[in-house]
Amino acid sequence: MTRIDNELRGVAVTVRGLVKHYGETKALDGVDLDVREGTVMGVLGPNGAGKTTLVRILSTLLSPNAGQATVAGYDVVRQPRQLRRVIGLTGQYASVDEKLPGWENLYMIGRLLDLSRRDARARADELLERFSLTEAAKRPAATYSGGMRRRLDLAASMIGRPAVLFLDEPTTGLDPRTRNEVWDEVKAMVGDGVTVLLTTQYMEEAEQLASELTVVDRGRVVATGAIHELKAKVGGRSLRIRPSDPLRLRPLARALDDLGITGLATTTVDTASGTLLVPVLSDDQLTAVVGAVTAHGTTIASITTELPSLDEVFLSLTGHRASAPQDTAPAETREEVAV
Amino acid sequence: MSAATLTAPDLKMDDARIPLRSHLRHTGALVRRNLLWIRQDPESMFDAVFMPIIFTLLFVYVFGGSIGQSLGGGQDAYVQYMVPGMLAMMGMNISQGVGTGFNEDFQKGVMDRFRSLPIGRGSVLVAKIVVELMRMLVATTIVVIVGVLVGFDITNWGGLLGAVGLSVVFGSALMWVFLTLGVTMKNAQSVQAMGFLVLMPLQFGSSIFAPTGSMPGWLQHFTDYNPLSSLADAARGLMVGGPVAHDLWVTLGWSALLTLVMAPISIHKFRTKN
Repeated sequence: MTRIDNELRGVAVTVRGLVKHYGETKALDGVDLDVREGTVMGVLGPNGAGKTTLVRILSTLLSPNAGQATVAGYDVVRQPRQLRRVIGLTGQYASVDEKLPGWENLYMIGRLLDLSRRDARARADELLERFSLTEAAKRPAATYSGGMRRRLDLAASMIGRPAVLFLDEPTTGLDPRTRNEVWDEVKAMVGDGVTVLLTTQYMEEAEQLASELTVVDRGRVVATGAIHELKAKVGGRSLRIRPSDPLRLRPLARALDDLGITGLATTTVDTASGTLLVPVLSDDQLTAVVGAVTAHGTTIASITTELPSLDEVFLSLTGHRASAPQDTAPAETREEVAV
Repeated sequence: MSAATLTAPDLKMDDARIPLRSHLRHTGALVRRNLLWIRQDPESMFDAVFMPIIFTLLFVYVFGGSIGQSLGGGQDAYVQYMVPGMLAMMGMNISQGVGTGFNEDFQKGVMDRFRSLPIGRGSVLVAKIVVELMRMLVATTIVVIVGVLVGFDITNWGGLLGAVGLSVVFGSALMWVFLTLGVTMKNAQSVQAMGFLVLMPLQFGSSIFAPTGSMPGWLQHFTDYNPLSSLADAARGLMVGGPVAHDLWVTLGWSALLTLVMAPISIHKFRTKN
């Protein structure tokens, strides 16, 4: 929990000056990063930022044009076979054999990882149980829902008890409820002590799962650091408050700004939705704002916290918008804020 | 300690080799996978089961009478001529499927998973070939059974086994060609179309279905050098008698050549495919 602890920990993944280009396009343009053992590194960036290319190089599916990378002490280019023994990979698209039943998928991978027949059987049973897929064990994976397939994919990457796990956009394309399920599984895996490198397009996902974050854009690292440091840079959460009486919107906003709980950040009035948007940098500030609203004598109809969208993170860190914004809704929110 | 963050740590030096036992285990697991596919999707056996039946019946009853006459007999004479040829054709037609199946694997993420596992690259290819060989044996067995039912006279059991073996050997050599197509082409449809384009002229421009004597001169040159003619003639010699040695060696030579050239190419393409 302390700095000393962190420094004593080994480095599970090192990346130095990694370059990969496809013809003229540079998918990776000199990437450096370190992932410490037992931690979760989030790699955040829009589509086309080079996240998948990075994961594919680290899992030996692609070779870099320049630079060096090691995973668990093995060089990705010179020691691919040794490296493959210690990693697990869950791709952006569920990489299980759809024609095979869930159990057969896991058994097959167990055998490919040199488990004995008995161990492979036991491990398949155990992981299906753990990922709540026992009932679907005998059905072909093609009949699974998106979330089930993603869980099977996670189970498959855990069979060899990997030291380092690569999760390439593990929840892209999933509905919010299913996303939560997958997050819970990933958190449990991290609890087992595995080192994780996770790519994502969602700030919320990075915040849920990662302890450290590397923000990439157009093949370059634009920011790196502990999540809370970066959040402080980009302004953290906002509190959206809807008073029961819409007439109280403006007086309440004025009162909050006068109190100055959130420093220089000011409250935004959104009359269209009858809400206030208050930027908060910490849990203390959040609590203080809620207290102030109560003290002001305003009854609250609803109150929610909102995270900065990838777009906002990008705007703060790079001064330009993400090259390919994914979520239109949060982007609209941001424009309202800017008004 | 902080130095660790500035320079890459020293590499661990473990043994990279995969023992033979592991290779066999991996191949076994992947063979099981491909066999489960068949159980899941029995229709994928249609080509191996029904094609030999339909083709044999069609050729015997549609062309049998007239071609048989030119052979100095009737339909019976044609059956003796055609069944060894059909045997040769089956090896080839089945081997074509290996390319499309392989290509479909690449479209799905599962190939990424295989390539990120500590297994020999060849195991995936070898497993596919083993299963196709099984399908080939099914198809050739059915040809022989249907052949006997329409009047094929087995005079030489040893020769029959030899002919089946030769078809399988040549078919498996041809599989490397289709595996290469499967790895390099964009989608399964183009693999199939390409296979069709290559196979059709080779099959019909050969001595598989009809004696080449009445074909025009230029075509006879083609059929003479067509390895499928050698295969069909060798199978014929083995099953119903006649000269064998020359065609047998030509066929084995082609099989060796195709394997030696195409196996390294397909394995290389497979290894380096992104």
